[in-house]
Amino acid sequence: MSNSSLQDAPLSSLPERPVSSTFPAAAASLDLAAERARTSAAPPPPVKAARSGPMADRLFGWAAKGAALLTLAMLIGILLSLVAGAWPAISKYGLGFLTSSVWDPVKDEYGGLVMIYGTLATSFIALVIAVPVSFGIALFLTELSPNWLKRPLGTAIELLAAVPSIVYGMWGLLVFGPILSTWVQQPLQKLLAGVPYLGALVSGPPVGIGILSAGIILAIMIIPFIASVMRDVFEVTPALLKESAYGLGSTTWEVVSKVVLPYTKAGVIGGIMLGLGRALGETMAVTFVIGNMNQLNSLSVFEAANSITSALANEFAEAGAGLHQAALMYLGLVLFFITFVVLSLSKMLLAQMKKSEGTKS
Amino acid sequence: MKTTFKFATAGLVTALFSISAFAQDVTGAGASFPAPLYAKWASDFNKATGVKINYQSVGSGAGLKQIEAKTVDFGASDAPLKDDELQAKGLMQFPTVIGGVIPVVNIPGIKPGELKLNGQVLGDIYLGKITKWNDPAIKALNASLALPDAAIAPVRRADGSGTSFLFTNYLSKVNAEWKSKVGEGTAVNWPTGAGGKGNEGVAAFVNRLPNSIGYVEYAYVKQNKMTYAQLQNAAGTFVSPDDSAFKAAAAGADWNKSFYQVLTNQAGKDSWPITGATFILMHKVQDKPASATTVLKFFDWAYKGGDKTADELDYVPMPDAVKATIAKAWGEVKDASGKPVAFK
Repeated sequence: MSNSSLQDAPLSSLPERPVSSTFPAAAASLDLAAERARTSAAPPPPVKAARSGPMADRLFGWAAKGAALLTLAMLIGILLSLVAGAWPAISKYGLGFLTSSVWDPVKDEYGGLVMIYGTLATSFIALVIAVPVSFGIALFLTELSPNWLKRPLGTAIELLAAVPSIVYGMWGLLVFGPILSTWVQQPLQKLLAGVPYLGALVSGPPVGIGILSAGIILAIMIIPFIASVMRDVFEVTPALLKESAYGLGSTTWEVVSKVVLPYTKAGVIGGIMLGLGRALGETMAVTFVIGNMNQLNSLSVFEAANSITSALANEFAEAGAGLHQAALMYLGLVLFFITFVVLSLSKMLLAQMKKSEGTKS
Repeated sequence: MKTTFKFATAGLVTALFSISAFAQDVTGAGASFPAPLYAKWASDFNKATGVKINYQSVGSGAGLKQIEAKTVDFGASDAPLKDDELQAKGLMQFPTVIGGVIPVVNIPGIKPGELKLNGQVLGDIYLGKITKWNDPAIKALNASLALPDAAIAPVRRADGSGTSFLFTNYLSKVNAEWKSKVGEGTAVNWPTGAGGKGNEGVAAFVNRLPNSIGYVEYAYVKQNKMTYAQLQNAAGTFVSPDDSAFKAAAAGADWNKSFYQVLTNQAGKDSWPITGATFILMHKVQDKPASATTVLKFFDWAYKGGDKTADELDYVPMPDAVKATIAKAWGEVKDASGKPVAFK
């Protein structure tokens, strides 16, 4: 950073020669005459007028620092106001809130287990579906797709991310739910009727709403995020590496699994975590298709359930001041915490990978 | 987040007043059920007088919070406040329009108005005690109907709402077990049933799911031509939901005594049993009497000339006798010196 001899060198004044960072060998061979003309034609570094002085520098520094600190302050502020709002519920229930499945606004008794389970279960289903599909999309776009298809297909996937979540919700309720009910749920129920465990897993009213449909809708919503991140990181894999592997006779699958994936694993995990974050926090679409029922009697994937965000969206507006509102705030705090844990875990995972990167490959 | 929102609203309202002190724009917030009507009234009122009424449809609970915090000039709530609550908060309330909650069903072969239900049966269905459409209790009310041997799928509101409040209030009045097990409220611990978000969510479930039952606002039944059921009222007669049945329920209540009237299970042979009014909340002592004047002028105008608009939007206007009582009650709204706020 503070290498003073380098600072004076007028390096930056030279127009840069195009150099490919990924595959230098591919660049045109050095044309000596042109190179000489390029370096000698470059004008000497202009003598700059004294800049507006250290005061402006300092002001800018402060502004930048202020912007950064503002984020931190907002985060802490949100956390504090959540804790303050949730305090009546925290002091009454403590951590027992997390393991109680009662939610009765009339008798003023609250527990968050149903919602926490619903949030985690739907996000898990969404990831199980979305990760392989996104991987397939990214793989196709970077390795297999004909060139003319890459652009439109990539744009289409990115456009999916721009669809408002309420549209997914209404579509899920009015179009997807009936399809799931007629073609999946009812045949499955007929097939598994009387089978212990499996039969219970698909029981429930034939509405096509519940944990599974919420998970599938979430999967559709997070696929564009995961797929586009995966595609971007797959694309930065040096062609040198890939072509070497192809040259050694690897199949496409071998190249992807043995070269591209190890090279891009940090980015891939980052993309998955981005999707998971979205799935955990998604509200509207889930509210429409999850069924909003506070029950854990049946763990069937077709039984109506509830999620944290859905409970907040449904009940916050009408919740009277007092324990009901505090319990909802507590739920918000729990979601905050879950997201925080997920993010930290992914950061730790990435750090772990970076450490072992040098030794393995 | 909520505090920020509050501050933002407060800031907005202050800004509104400082800018347009002369035009006397006023702001209200609350119940979503009457929001389309208030919006239409406000735009008509604006055309007639040039005064702007801003109504934010944020839900009854939030409306109550905002009027208590004085961030709005009037609040709106689907559930009335009890008199002692009003006293404690320094508020007064008055009803604006009436609405009804209607049980709707989707049973193959059953046409609108054919199915008859009473409160006991309706409560038992939502308690999960009656599970089949050919249950003897339902058959006893519908001797002539061929009811299927199919499981009943109850559907209810997932979000906290005035509709659910009226529905559960009615069930608490007519079904003892419901009262002790579940109770009444904008959101309750439902023993059974899938939850749809909003009237449209419930309607979507009922339309799609054979052998289901749900409950929605009257306007929703009318506009979507849903299969409603007749209900037995307190007088023992079976009534179909329509404007006159709601008006009969509203006329039966003693509005002179108090505006705390939940119009469920009203006496009178024409009364629809699940009827309710929606209410406006105002502070009794006004820091800004000028805006209170505007609010009262607005509702005075709406009572006098807004009935047709209400009809068009499928709300039921208050009976004329009740309107006179309301105008009298507006004398309670006073400025800081104790002088009643003028609205004529």
